[in-house]
Order: sequence, then structure tokens, then C-alpha cells
Amino acid sequence: MIFSSGSIAAVSALALIVFSFLAPSSLSAETPEAKGLAIAMEADARDVGFGDYTANMTMILKNKHGKESKRRIRTRTLEVADDGDKSLSIFDTPRDVKGTAFLSFSHKVGDDEQWLYLPALKRVKRINSRNKSGSFMGSEFAYEDIASQEVEKYSYKHLGEEELNGVRCYVGESYPVDTKNSGYTKRVTWMDTAEYRVFKVDYYDRKQSLLKTLTVSGYQQYLGKYWRAGSMEMVNHQSGKSTTLLWDSYAFQTGLSDKDFSATSLKRVR
Amino acid sequence: MGAQFIHNFQQSSICLLSFLALALFFLLGQPSTSQGIELSGDLSLEGRLFFNDPAWPGQKDSSLSAAVNVELYHPFQDNLSVTLKGFYREDNQDKERTHGDLRLAELLYYNDSFELTAGLGKVFWGATEFVHLVDIINQTDQVEGLDGEEKLGQPMVHLTIPSEWGVMEGFALPWFRERTFPGEPGRFRTPLVVDTDKTVYESNSEEHHFDFALRYSTTVDQADIGLYYFNGTARDPVLLGAIDPTSNSPILYPYYEQIGQTGLDIQLSAGEWLLKGEAYYRTGQSRSYAATTFGFEYTFVGIGETMMDLGLLGEYVYDDRDNGWLPTIYENDIMAGVRLVVNDMADTTLLCGVIRDLHSGSTIIGIEGSRRLGEAIRINVDASFFVDMEPSDPAFAFAKDDFLKIEIIYYW
Repeated sequence: MIFSSGSIAAVSALALIVFSFLAPSSLSAETPEAKGLAIAMEADARDVGFGDYTANMTMILKNKHGKESKRRIRTRTLEVADDGDKSLSIFDTPRDVKGTAFLSFSHKVGDDEQWLYLPALKRVKRINSRNKSGSFMGSEFAYEDIASQEVEKYSYKHLGEEELNGVRCYVGESYPVDTKNSGYTKRVTWMDTAEYRVFKVDYYDRKQSLLKTLTVSGYQQYLGKYWRAGSMEMVNHQSGKSTTLLWDSYAFQTGLSDKDFSATSLKRVR
Repeated sequence: MGAQFIHNFQQSSICLLSFLALALFFLLGQPSTSQGIELSGDLSLEGRLFFNDPAWPGQKDSSLSAAVNVELYHPFQDNLSVTLKGFYREDNQDKERTHGDLRLAELLYYNDSFELTAGLGKVFWGATEFVHLVDIINQTDQVEGLDGEEKLGQPMVHLTIPSEWGVMEGFALPWFRERTFPGEPGRFRTPLVVDTDKTVYESNSEEHHFDFALRYSTTVDQADIGLYYFNGTARDPVLLGAIDPTSNSPILYPYYEQIGQTGLDIQLSAGEWLLKGEAYYRTGQSRSYAATTFGFEYTFVGIGETMMDLGLLGEYVYDDRDNGWLPTIYENDIMAGVRLVVNDMADTTLLCGVIRDLHSGSTIIGIEGSRRLGEAIRINVDASFFVDMEPSDPAFAFAKDDFLKIEIIYYW
């Protein structure tokens, strides 16, 4: 762990040095922090205007012995102007949790709002959104990993550029603003310079050790503008467990509105 | 004879309603078969073992039962659908527990400005974990379990109007459903079996009294708040004793009064804490009274560098009927619990809770464990222990009912 985190820092430092050397004039006026923020803002700006989308997800949990368990989840996401997205996840399998739904309003500033709908009791329960480092439905994804990634939730530092599987990427660190409740001290993100798509994220735990790596692939473009991933694999280096999210059936601008993301609609969600 | 007739009539009116729902289902279902029918459900086997000799004559030391849930869902259009959910349990000991119910048989229509359901429906109101005080629309299927969380389908027309400033709901409740009670072999019962053939109502319309409810709910910042008014037949009967003139033996029968009830429920996320509260004020019984329950939930995430979450629960319940007027089980009780969510593939959870009457010292300890086996089977293990039960406490009737329950559910 120490070795791998050290080597990444070394690579990043090297990338920064090389980059600085190659383009000293353009960078001299911009700090790594400002550049990191600028990249995050550009990535965010490129996704503005999608309106809403729906998609299906197969979540594959794998333990260190390779044993697998699958969950089928349908998701609906609504873009909210000047705030975080609203999202709804509906569980189809395992069959004992069929119909369970998770509603989340993310906010740029302050706590997110989250509710869980339990169909057997027809009960809507509020969940405490401060528990962002908790596991999302037993997976290696924490609530903070699946929540909408608002620029304001992190501070940034640009490290440089490097090739990742033949794709030119910005490499940058981000640090959660809510240091008390986040499970991370930092994330290192690889984002391609051409389209600002995340390809890889390393997550460092509260002890600064490498905890998880997310690898994203299978990007497709929708409405000629918005990129969405086909596969996201989260590997936990400390436990040996992993979770893969396979996405299909993306549909954009399906006509969803605020009314489809309320406690009332949660009770009739199918 | 009258009560028996009414009982039968109630059964037949529910049968009629379900028949209508079924007829509608197949009638409307014909032209749009392309959209299909969603069929799901579960089959469960349950064994209960009681550790002590029974307190009351005729009670058994164990029971075995099987239950089935079948749910049919059919959308006619995007915003018009029908849902049917039937339940049946066969119990090898208690014929009162061998019973069936249409939990749901409702037609749902909604558009941008309102939502309307009609038929047999289910509505839950409330916020707290241990005692559900304000939940009043559906009758409790008491034979199903001590926690009272299983409910009977309630005939209703339910209108929901969402708006910018909150959600208004109106409920028209034309038929009342009687509470189920264990028979002679059943545990968790009063010394005398409740005779549901001798049910008495305060209202002359008996179970056809037209009940109604209005509810307003809203979200303010990090709080969900609900406020309602209910007018109609109390769901919780007063149990009265009498001497049956024909057999000259004592009987216990339910008496359902007419009440007005104003209720409030709040769920609030405050930093790392979840705060929950319920309260109601009831008029119409021999004197007006209030009851409240409130508490907190605090969760430690990822305890001991594992994926496990540990939640601490603390709640308190107070019922103003406390001072001898009409004793209730939860009159001045404190509750504490620990919930462990393992976050493993099997979704293993473990809940341990204690309810203690501050006045009498009577204590109920409950343990509930649950995990999935494979992809479609869930196993639940529950145990309850009654400790230091004080004879003056209404729960004293269950003092000998320490039990272990194992339930295996197959979902299809």
C-alpha cells in the first residue's frame, strides 16, 4: 500500500515537472489549485443541460474468493439548475428487496437529503446523509461515490498529464470539503484531456493509505454531447472485494420532472 | 346472531370489492395485453417455539405455519394501473391464525395535479422504530405478530394533491375492518380469548360508519413533517368483559368507539443524528387523552475498519391513559436498541431491542436477525423474552410467551 501510494505520488510529481518544463509560460500565472479547479469546472460545464436521464444498472458484488452476487437497479436522474442532481434508484433484484427505492437530493452546499422507501411497509424513511462514507447497499461504492459529483464538494490540485491506456489524461487530486464525514483524505483522478471523462480514481482513506481504485470504461456519447460510462469497477485493495456496475439502456430527456422525485411519487414507484 | 350476521356481511362486502377489482382487472386488462401483467410474491414457512409452559388454558408450546403472498400488477397506461396483493396463512395450531386477506386491490390513477387510488389500500404514517402510535388508516392483523406491523387491506378512496407548499391528502373510508385476535391455542393473548363474533360498535352504522381522514405533509429543510385529522371508528378496540347469557360463562369482546384524532409525525436529520417523533390527541372515548413517542437514531459507519454500520436507537413513549383509566402496554416506557448492518452479500442485519416500563419495571427484550441465502431465499430469526413482568401491566398476559421464531421465505 505504502509502496503503491508512494509510486503514484512519484509518477504524479514527475508528470508535473515534465509538464511544467514543457509549458512554463502558460502555467506560470496559474497555481496547481486553480488549474485543478478549472478542470473540474470545465468537466462539470460539459455535462450541463442534459435535463434528465434514465438507465439500468447491474451491480455485481465479488468477494475475495471470487464469489458473486448480482443486483438489478433502475436509475432516474434529474438535473437541477444551480444545485446538485436529484436521483432515484429502484431495486428489482435480489427479489427480497424488490421495489425498494432510494431517493437522493444532492446539494452543492450543505447536507444532501436522502430517503429510503420500503414497499412491504409502504414506509418512507429519511436517512442521515452525513453517513456518506457508508457502503451503498453492501457494495464497495460508498454513498459519496455514487452521489452526484458537485464541484463545490471538493478542493482541487492539478498534478499534470499522463497517458492512461493510450489516452491523454489530466491527473489531479481532490480533497473532500467535509473532512469529518468523508471516508477519504484524497482522491487522485485521471480525466481525459479531450472530453473530460473520468477513467480512473484512486481513493485514499483517512490514514492516507490507498483504499480503492475505480476504473471506468465503455463510454458512449448521447445527444451528441453527454458521455456516460458502460462499466465502473471499484476494487477495494484492503479487503480484496470488488463491485462492478454495468450500465445499459441510457435514455436522455425522457420528460421527468420534480414531481417524479418526491415522497409521493416514491410510494407509487414501480 | 346479529354480530355473526354483521361479520358475514363484512366478509361478503370485502369479497364483493375484491371481485369487482378482479373483474376490472380482467376487463380492462384485455385490450392492452402487450403491457403485460407483473406477477410476484413469496412463500414462507414459519416455526415458533415457546420456552415456557403456557399461562392460559388451551395454549400450545409450538406452532408451524405456511404463508403465501401473491402480487399482481398491471399498468393499463403509464399513469393508470391496478395492483392486487393476496395473502393467506395456514397455521397448524390456531384456526384464528389460519386466515387470508386481500392486502391490496387498488386502482391507481395520477396526473400532474393529483393522484387517486380506490379499492383496498395500505397507508403508513409514522416516524419512530419501536411503537407506531399515529398509524391509523389500516387495521392491525394482530394474529400475525406481536409487533403489529402486519396490516389488513383498508377499503378507501384516497386523493393526493401535491403542491409547492406540501401534499394534501383526503381519505374516504367506507368500511371498517375488525382487528384479528389469536384463538384459544394461540400465544400473545388475553386470559380469555377475544370473541370477535360478539363485537360491539358505538356507532349504529357499526362497521359501515363512514370514516374520513385529512393529512398535510411537507418537507422543510432537513425535516419531514405530517399532520392529520382522523374521524371515525377507533382501530384499537377496548376489550370488555361480560357474562354470556346463554352459556353463563365469562366472555371478552371488542368494543369499537367513535373517535376524533389529531396526529403529528416528524423525521428530522440533524447533523449525524436522526430525530423522530409522533404524537396524537384523541377525543370521543370516556375522556380525551394524548400520547407521544420520540427518540433518536445515531449510526457509526464502517465500525472497526469493516463495512459494518452500527446504529443506536433510543426512544420513549408516554400515554396519558397511564393513571389507571385504561391501562395500555406502552404507557411510560423507554426503549433502546442496537442495529447492526453487516453490508455483506447476504444483506445480514441484526437488531436487538429492549422495552422497559418505567413504572412497573416490566421488560421485553427482542432480537431479530435476518440474512439472504442465495438469490431468492431469506431467513429470519426472531426471539423475544419477557422479564420481570409486573401483574398490573397489561403485557403481563404475555409473561410466559418467551419465544423463538424461525422463518424461511422464498421469493418468486
